[in-house]
Amino acid sequence: MEFRSYASPGNSQANTSLLYRWHIDLPLLAGITTLACASLLILYSSGGQDLNLIYRQILRFLMAFVIMFVMAQIAPHHIQRWSPWLYGIGLALLLVVLLAGEIGKGAQRWLDLGLFRFQPSEMMKVAVPMMIAWYFTEQVLPPRTSRIAVATLMIVAPVFLIFKQPDLGTAILVGSAGVFVLLFAGLYWRWVILVGISISGMAPILWNYLHDYQKQRVLTFLNPENDPLGAGYHIIQSKIAIGSGGIYGKGWLNGTQSQLDFLPERSTDFIFAAFAEEFGFIGVVLLMSLYLFIVLRGLYIAAMAQDTFSRLLAGSLTMTFFIYVFVNIGMVTGLLPVVGLPLPLISFGGTSVVTLLAGFGLLMGIHTHRKLLPA
Amino acid sequence: MRTENPISVPWRRRSVVALFALLFSVMIGQGVNLQVLDKKFLQEQGDARYLRDVAVPAHRGMITDREGEPLAVSTPVSSIWINPKDFQASAGQLQSLAVLLEMTPAKIRELVRERADREFVYLQRQVAPQLAHDVMALNIGGVALQREYHRYYPAGEVTAHIIGFTDIDDSGQEGLELAYEKWLQAQPGKERVVRNRLGQTVERVARLAPAHDGQNLTLSIDRRLQYLTYRELKAAVQRNHAPSGSAVVLDVRTGEVLALVNQPSYNPNNRNQYQSTAYRNRVVTDLFEPGSTVKPFIVAAAMGTGNFRPETAINTAPGLMRVGSATIHDVRDYGLIDVRTILQKSSNIGATKIALSLDPKYLWTTMSDFGFGHAVGSGFPGESLGIFKNYRQWGEIERATMAYGYGLSTSALHLAQAYAALLGDGALRPVSFVKLTPEQIAAMPTQQVVDKKIVMQMRDMLMGVVSDEGTASQAEVKGYTVAGKTGTVRKASPGGYLEDNYIALFAGAIPASDPRLVMVITINDPRGEKYYGGAVAAPVFARVMSGAMRLLNITPDRASEDQTKVAMVGGQQ
Repeated sequence: MEFRSYASPGNSQANTSLLYRWHIDLPLLAGITTLACASLLILYSSGGQDLNLIYRQILRFLMAFVIMFVMAQIAPHHIQRWSPWLYGIGLALLLVVLLAGEIGKGAQRWLDLGLFRFQPSEMMKVAVPMMIAWYFTEQVLPPRTSRIAVATLMIVAPVFLIFKQPDLGTAILVGSAGVFVLLFAGLYWRWVILVGISISGMAPILWNYLHDYQKQRVLTFLNPENDPLGAGYHIIQSKIAIGSGGIYGKGWLNGTQSQLDFLPERSTDFIFAAFAEEFGFIGVVLLMSLYLFIVLRGLYIAAMAQDTFSRLLAGSLTMTFFIYVFVNIGMVTGLLPVVGLPLPLISFGGTSVVTLLAGFGLLMGIHTHRKLLPA
Repeated sequence: MRTENPISVPWRRRSVVALFALLFSVMIGQGVNLQVLDKKFLQEQGDARYLRDVAVPAHRGMITDREGEPLAVSTPVSSIWINPKDFQASAGQLQSLAVLLEMTPAKIRELVRERADREFVYLQRQVAPQLAHDVMALNIGGVALQREYHRYYPAGEVTAHIIGFTDIDDSGQEGLELAYEKWLQAQPGKERVVRNRLGQTVERVARLAPAHDGQNLTLSIDRRLQYLTYRELKAAVQRNHAPSGSAVVLDVRTGEVLALVNQPSYNPNNRNQYQSTAYRNRVVTDLFEPGSTVKPFIVAAAMGTGNFRPETAINTAPGLMRVGSATIHDVRDYGLIDVRTILQKSSNIGATKIALSLDPKYLWTTMSDFGFGHAVGSGFPGESLGIFKNYRQWGEIERATMAYGYGLSTSALHLAQAYAALLGDGALRPVSFVKLTPEQIAAMPTQQVVDKKIVMQMRDMLMGVVSDEGTASQAEVKGYTVAGKTGTVRKASPGGYLEDNYIALFAGAIPASDPRLVMVITINDPRGEKYYGGAVAAPVFARVMSGAMRLLNITPDRASEDQTKVAMVGGQQ
């Protein structure tokens, strides 16, 4: 991997640096901090220069950074031990949420804990890959078929519960987090192909399980011009905003589509379009590079991990982060159907920032708790 | 990694990197697709969403009287409109909006639902500024204002028939508002603005075409005279229990209309009670048989032959006369009287005998030159031509009845024009509702109909009508000589002439020695005790003109009898 020059076990100077002793990975921290700053800049423009919005986002980032710091302090073997418990609690909470939703009315994703509201599905983004990684660490890899079947069940159960909430976006993320562990653990290619085929084969059946509005989103994705003022409106406006940016963009605070309110959800799920309009293709490439940098660093950490659990978890967390980016940008640019997912670390919104940084905290912990070999 | 992995370590790593690279290229590829390849199309689509070319309102020209007093002005108002697609109001907002506009919330909701496919629906047009401000203060999504102009007529029903009115889109519908539509019309400009999704204008980007306000129009009307005429005609119509009446005052020297009034009238500022009868400008559009008011023209034509003079005697005995199967009556047997007396007493037999002695072609030509059967040329919408048959179609009865004003028809406006020619300088002038400049007056096409000498004789003879001996003694104005002629016409109906329904007429000029104003009054179907033109129409002339002479500061040309007496007494002492 490419990033050997960064804080690595081989670099004695970095080993002894203050950040390293505090279990902070400098490249990751730099990447995340840059994204957070970019987020505030973009939000200031897309939110109609509302400073109140910025303060709230700053507060959220600070809280998330604290959690990241705390997570980084925990050694991977502790995490490994807690994994089944965390997974079990998460699954139970998902059931509670679902039942509460049945009793109340409409969609239910939150647990009101009085002081703050807690979203168990967010926890599962981390808990599911931990659980699967824990499960595979107990045995010789590649896993036996029966083990894979059990692991699949472990993934499907929470995904189904989240899907029923209904929260398709998070369900996809939690599912891919689990599947990435499976992939990294080593599957026969025929398994991968078989699963691919069976998912395609089940698509018509899954289709029936989709809510009407979810079906509508898929149909709209396939042909947005069918209903330009209704369901297709989001995606058409979004493409127009992105395209209007051209190569150089209209400049910060000058995006007409977003500033004039034509772009829906311009501070949350569709913030990428607002960004692309103001900063153009050049800005898009820069943003992508930043994401690329973080993902590559994550993969490097996975590659450098010293035990199977850490490696599987780090690989899964990183790739899930990438899927997060891909699904959001894909949906905003009209490549994928609209599933309600924010652009990680950029969109306005609380829970996802906290979960993401908790995940990055885990990555940092994995990297900085290695038993260093003498140089 | 362990070597027994079915997917070898480099393979797995490579496949992850490959998947990764693939998805990344897809994202970048879509970026190129949208921001480089489709850029132009998407930018156009984007511009189409927020750039709007909108009209810049301009106001219609003002109409004033000859002194510059406003008679029709455009005042800025706001119209409230909604974009049903963006309309978002809470229950409270909807309630407040409904209360302000005096509508029900259900009605507004229904409007929004019915026009859901539109982007522009008027909620209420032309509201007061304060109300518009209050509505906007509710800050309801999809509700916006449009600047418009409301036409206001300060003189209301006094000038209603002259000015006419505009519709809500500010285009002329009646009267001079219609006739001078092109002149008064505003030309809205065009500008490009940036609008947000709610349709609110955020910024003006470019001025595409400047807005031109309409041009002002100065009428020939004298507002003071108009008010005076209105007051007196209205009183006369009421006094005589008449369903309708008209009056028009012309400047003899220029043909300008100084006052024009009809009864009934209407309020152009509030046309809720639409009544077609009240809207008609009777002076211009209504035709009637002129009756005895036509006799002076017969006499003028006769004197033009050189065979008749004011002193020429004609035998009217025994007060009735057979022409073919018809019998013509005078009020009584006047015996042998001269032409002057024929006019003074309004003898039908005398006028008939004069007319029958004239060559039909000559009489027809002279009358045509006075404008009978022709357009007045005022340009007023709905102007009537008048009916005057060609002499080749005249039989003996037509020649006879025409002499006292039956078998031909004319409008009050034309009669005034003809009297202006007869008593002015003998030349026919076009009638104008617009104030004329001295250059326009000098360049005006005039057509000499009769000699100045005959004009002098006609003034003199018609002064005899407005005297204690004549039929129009009630048209006398203190301090001024008046020349005029009465008419009392039986109303025609599809079944023939009515027994008991008349039109009372008076046409006159003042001061008779050098006329400045001519006025025609028609009172339709007076139902009071009196119905003669001299008793019903002539007094209106006296009342209006005594005021008009003062208003226009015209020098008296006659010492009143009281003053004469005072002077004589003074002389004796």
